[in-house]
Amino acid sequence: MKSIEIKDLSLSFGDLKVLEQLNLDIFDGEFLVLLGASGCGKSTLLNCIAGLLDISEGQIFIKGNNVTWKEPKDRDIGMVFQSYALYPQMSVYGNLSFGLKNAGVPKAQIAERVARAAAILQIEPLLKRKPSELSGGQRQRVAIGRALVREVDVFLFDEPLSNLDAKLRAELRVEIKRLHQRLNNTMIYVTHDQIEALTLADRIAIMLGGSVQQLDTPHAIYNHPVNKYVAGFIGSPGMNFMKGALSGGDNPHFTIDGLNVDLSRYAFGEQGVQPTNSAWLGIRPEHVHVGKEADGLAFTHEVEVEVVEPMGADTLVWSQLANQEFRFRVGGQKTVTPGEKLIVGFDPISASVFDGHSELRL
Amino acid sequence: MSIEPIGRRPRRVFNPTRIMIYCVLGVAAIYYLLPLYIMVMTSLKGMPEIRLGNIFSPPVEVTFEPWVKAWDTACTGLYCEGLKVGFWNSVKILIPSVVISIAIASVNGYALSFWRFRGAEVFFTILIFGSFIPYQVMLYPLVIITRELGIFGSITGIIMIHTIFGMPILTLLFRNYFASLPQELFKAARVDGAGFWGIFLKIMVPMSPPIFVVAIILQVTGIWNDFLFGVIFAGTKNFPMTVQLNNIVNSTQGVKEYNVNMAATILTGAVPLAIYFLSGKYFVRGIAAGAVKG
Ligand SMILES: Nc1ncnc2c1ncn2[C@@H]1O[C@H](COP(=O)(O)OP(=O)(O)OP(=O)(O)O)[C@@H](O)[C@H]1O
Ligand SMILES: [Mg+2]
Repeated sequence: MKSIEIKDLSLSFGDLKVLEQLNLDIFDGEFLVLLGASGCGKSTLLNCIAGLLDISEGQIFIKGNNVTWKEPKDRDIGMVFQSYALYPQMSVYGNLSFGLKNAGVPKAQIAERVARAAAILQIEPLLKRKPSELSGGQRQRVAIGRALVREVDVFLFDEPLSNLDAKLRAELRVEIKRLHQRLNNTMIYVTHDQIEALTLADRIAIMLGGSVQQLDTPHAIYNHPVNKYVAGFIGSPGMNFMKGALSGGDNPHFTIDGLNVDLSRYAFGEQGVQPTNSAWLGIRPEHVHVGKEADGLAFTHEVEVEVVEPMGADTLVWSQLANQEFRFRVGGQKTVTPGEKLIVGFDPISASVFDGHSELRL
Repeated sequence: MSIEPIGRRPRRVFNPTRIMIYCVLGVAAIYYLLPLYIMVMTSLKGMPEIRLGNIFSPPVEVTFEPWVKAWDTACTGLYCEGLKVGFWNSVKILIPSVVISIAIASVNGYALSFWRFRGAEVFFTILIFGSFIPYQVMLYPLVIITRELGIFGSITGIIMIHTIFGMPILTLLFRNYFASLPQELFKAARVDGAGFWGIFLKIMVPMSPPIFVVAIILQVTGIWNDFLFGVIFAGTKNFPMTVQLNNIVNSTQGVKEYNVNMAATILTGAVPLAIYFLSGKYFVRGIAAGAVKG
């Protein structure tokens, strides 16, 4: 069943169009991550779903009800904000119970619900404290708790972890995942952190300029990006893009500056192969094989190492392939020195080919 | 063991800049304190001693007679009941004016920064623009308006005038303060189902004691020191303290009782003075806020 349906949603601030004809369907119990560069309208979209911004056009359905003009409190949503937004003069208990008091829930039931949420989030010892007496991670738990006590079907998170340090972020990330598995409600989660997106999401929506570029599972987004923007956005270090020409026929080839890549193993889209002299070949640094591992691959070539960036578990090597920048990963145990010559290769099955003009996947 | 710095921390109390600053401050202090000194001394002297003309000398014989007279029996125009009548009139004008103006302005500021309605910017601009029009221009129309409303020459009338004229600066003050509070707090409260008044009273007001204190200081000193509105709108019976002080000091009948005049002036200035001393840092913020209006 669909939990949230967004139909042709548009929103502008004055002349600035922030969301344009956005469509999004989210299923019951799904963990959807909204990912995109800063300023692409993620928070705006979340605020529209929450009812905190008046939309210009379109409709929003939650659980099959048209909530387009409903007040935030009547939408059965809970929201967690980036800045926590805890009420500073209320205790943690006051923060958790504020919404329930407003809704006229009986006192005994409030106490019970707060206790349950506090137990889940392990913040029972903190209930009497003021937000100013909490650490960042504790504040974030309280903020999540405030959404939790509402016992709603849909949770909205706006970059809830971005104010925390890396270690705490990793911990809370797992907790949020655990929380989702336990509650099994719909969650929409905004972030710019790809790792968060890839680890948490059932599906990821990549946004650019107020519209959704691709909505799919993390696996599909990582392996089959629909366009060059998505391909470059996901993955770190980013995908290598090489400009060249594409020849069609039964035996398609990609030619980069005289170098031939045999694409007969590459799965082209429905439209088939059209020869073009402007196309992009994308290959992720982690899909490039080096030395013996490259033996027998459809494409191999010798490159010269220019810069080496050790990153612990593996090492990123910068080089040139047919006069274009080419990065690849080698195991962290391997020693690579600048100036060294290496044989590299990849299987076109893990590559992506994009049209040079539309930048869509071919 | 801790590591000590070598030698004592150098102290330069008497470097040239310091000396300059202290000199300037000293001169300024004397400049402003001297009149106050003369006022206090004169108010403690009897008339015969004042006639000797030595205004700087302290009183030979200290008397509190002038203070009692100023408070209790000095003649303000037709009546000879002293300043106490004016004092209580001022209190009656002050308290409702301060409470009402701050109550309205805080809601205005809150609505303008969080519930942005269509035309909010225009509304705000007009309000601020209003504060730059010299208010003398509006006096006569206001006299007519209050007369038509039947509140000219009454406590209600003067309270309304003070409330209206406090609006621009107070609204600006509250709007800017509320605009500095995080917008997400407001959103969180809306998701939690609080309405316009719920968010204002339960979330915003508890976060804003400093700005309320600043507003109170601004209004108390402003309204207490007001002369013009009082003399025009309050009506003879309700003249505030400043107007009655003027009547005492400028009375043309009889001899000029300098000691009574001085005592009356100090009494009138006591309320704002007390506010200045008690409010400390908030007062400075109040001045800074007032400076926006100029
Ligand atoms: N109240 C507003 N008035 C005018 N423009 C706004 C307002 N709020 C946001 N915008 C604009 O809308 C665009 C989208 O903003 P939004 O906050 O949704 O971005 P975002 O994707 O959440 O970015 P970030 O990742 O930095 O949080 C931005 O260009 C921003 O400048
Ligand atoms: Mg945002």
